[in-house]
Amino acid sequence: MATLELSIDQDAAQAPARRGRRLGLLFWMAIGWMIFVFAVAIFADVLPLASPTDMDMLEKRAPFSFAHWLVTDRLGRDELSRVIYGARISLIVGLCAPVIGLTLGGALGMLAGYFRGRFESLVVGSMDVLLAFPPLILALAVTAFLGQSIPNLTFILGVLGVPAFMRVARVATLTLARREFVIAAQALGATHARILLRELLPNVMLPLFAFFLLGVAITIVAEGALSFLGLGVPPPISSWGSMIGEGRESLDIAPRLAFIPAIAMFLTVLSFNFVGDTLRAFTDPRQGAL
Amino acid sequence: MVLFVARRLLYLVPVLIAVSLLTFLIASLLPGDLAYVILGDQATPENVAALRHDMGLDQPIWVRYFGWLGHVLQGDFGRSFRTGQTVLQAVTERLPVSFELMVLAEIMSLAIGVPLAIACAARSGGPFDRFMTGSAFGMLSVPTFLSAILLIYLFAVELRWLPATGYVPFGEDPAANLRFMVLPALTLAFAEWPGIMRVLRSDMIATLQEDYIALAKAKGLKPSRILLVHALKPSSLTLVTITGINIGRLIGGAVIVETIFALPGIGRLLVGAIYTRDLIILQGVVLLVGAGFVLINFIVDMLYAVLDPRIRHGHA
Repeated sequence: MATLELSIDQDAAQAPARRGRRLGLLFWMAIGWMIFVFAVAIFADVLPLASPTDMDMLEKRAPFSFAHWLVTDRLGRDELSRVIYGARISLIVGLCAPVIGLTLGGALGMLAGYFRGRFESLVVGSMDVLLAFPPLILALAVTAFLGQSIPNLTFILGVLGVPAFMRVARVATLTLARREFVIAAQALGATHARILLRELLPNVMLPLFAFFLLGVAITIVAEGALSFLGLGVPPPISSWGSMIGEGRESLDIAPRLAFIPAIAMFLTVLSFNFVGDTLRAFTDPRQGAL
Repeated sequence: MVLFVARRLLYLVPVLIAVSLLTFLIASLLPGDLAYVILGDQATPENVAALRHDMGLDQPIWVRYFGWLGHVLQGDFGRSFRTGQTVLQAVTERLPVSFELMVLAEIMSLAIGVPLAIACAARSGGPFDRFMTGSAFGMLSVPTFLSAILLIYLFAVELRWLPATGYVPFGEDPAANLRFMVLPALTLAFAEWPGIMRVLRSDMIATLQEDYIALAKAKGLKPSRILLVHALKPSSLTLVTITGINIGRLIGGAVIVETIFALPGIGRLLVGAIYTRDLIILQGVVLLVGAGFVLINFIVDMLYAVLDPRIRHGHA
């Protein structure tokens, strides 16, 4: 308790000096929720949980009890453990897909923003084609042909994120490339590779990371939508989206089956959105414009 | 202006070609041979080979692409091997449903978003503004299928005011049609209004700091008149832009909403084609939606240039 008070006092003391730069309580609550979800998802196997796939037909849609903290679903499976195992799927897809977007889009965007010329036109043009499709339609079509699996889902959602990451990286590189420290490095005879990796990358990483968090939120929603339609992860694996889809069928008798994973998903998406948005405002040079 | 339109039209051609190429490649290169899908589990290698030959699937991919593109340019998108319906028939039959859904959704989201934005901008930084900005941010984290479930639970299961699923054509019974359309359109609007409100709000706050607003105040004009006429009008451009940007999300959202509410629109056609592995329909719908989306974006661009002369004379 004492340490907590101390830290609040320190914050209060520093507040006037860096007003508008404080992250606020909500920010840390969002971080806290993210850490909590990560922790239960990672340690799901060692936690004392009922199996997420064991059915118990006598305990179908059972209400809150000590055996099943968060009720059971239509096949008598433990809802709490299904939500936790579902968090795994949502987080695996939600984190891995934006990593694809971040790496590919970030690299393309930096190269386009640094070298300009024909290469830039080519990159921007091909991204325009990818953007020509409503993203969900493209994701649906590709998963339909590739087959439903977690790697396929991650891959297509990742590729769909490339244009957005490319744009962020390109714009950041365009402005940074004109700055003194880059010109100085060029004057000192640094190679392109060195300028890109040592001078530009650390600076481009900041806005890209903030955007990455927003990408996670968008991907979790997209994966949820596909799984909700029954076109995402294949059963019996449960993700939050497919659980909400199953819960929808018993909305009249047991609405909690849809609302429990829905709340988990909403809080997670909200946390990523909030943290991402806060960090973006932090790194955005135009912050003062509004 | 003519030069501007011509240049944009010229840019449209390679994009459309690339869209058709991408659609074709998705359908052709990915695993899952059309002949196997049509013939099912009982297919013998000879049957498959014969059917592949009949359909031209044994020809090189370039030949097939240009053959397909030639048919498409003549308006022949192929025929479903399951229902016998042509792609064009299936799409024109369902387009009105999706179109009505999207128009209603857009009207509803403007009806929610614009007044809220004005109210927030009028007292920016006040308690109402802070509350609404926070709510809008929260709403952005609610996926479409989640708000659909919430609305169904509230209005169809608990209150029993509106039907959860079903559809009646507008021509048959307009009142019943609207009753079926309210929840789906509201679901889509729930996803759209936060964006509209946020952008319009910050736009109007910026406008309200302009000198001519100070002049209007000095002239003693009523605050409501300043807000609605002087401050809102310059933001019409922003509204066009957001509406344009939203269309892609709206189409994606329509797929989900039509499936949940069982509306016979394009989205449901697409999802149905995926469930039944009706590749011809799928390919045709994806191509039409992609091309339609490109054209809509083009029109929005044009509208933007008409509204703001700086764009057509500027760097574009």
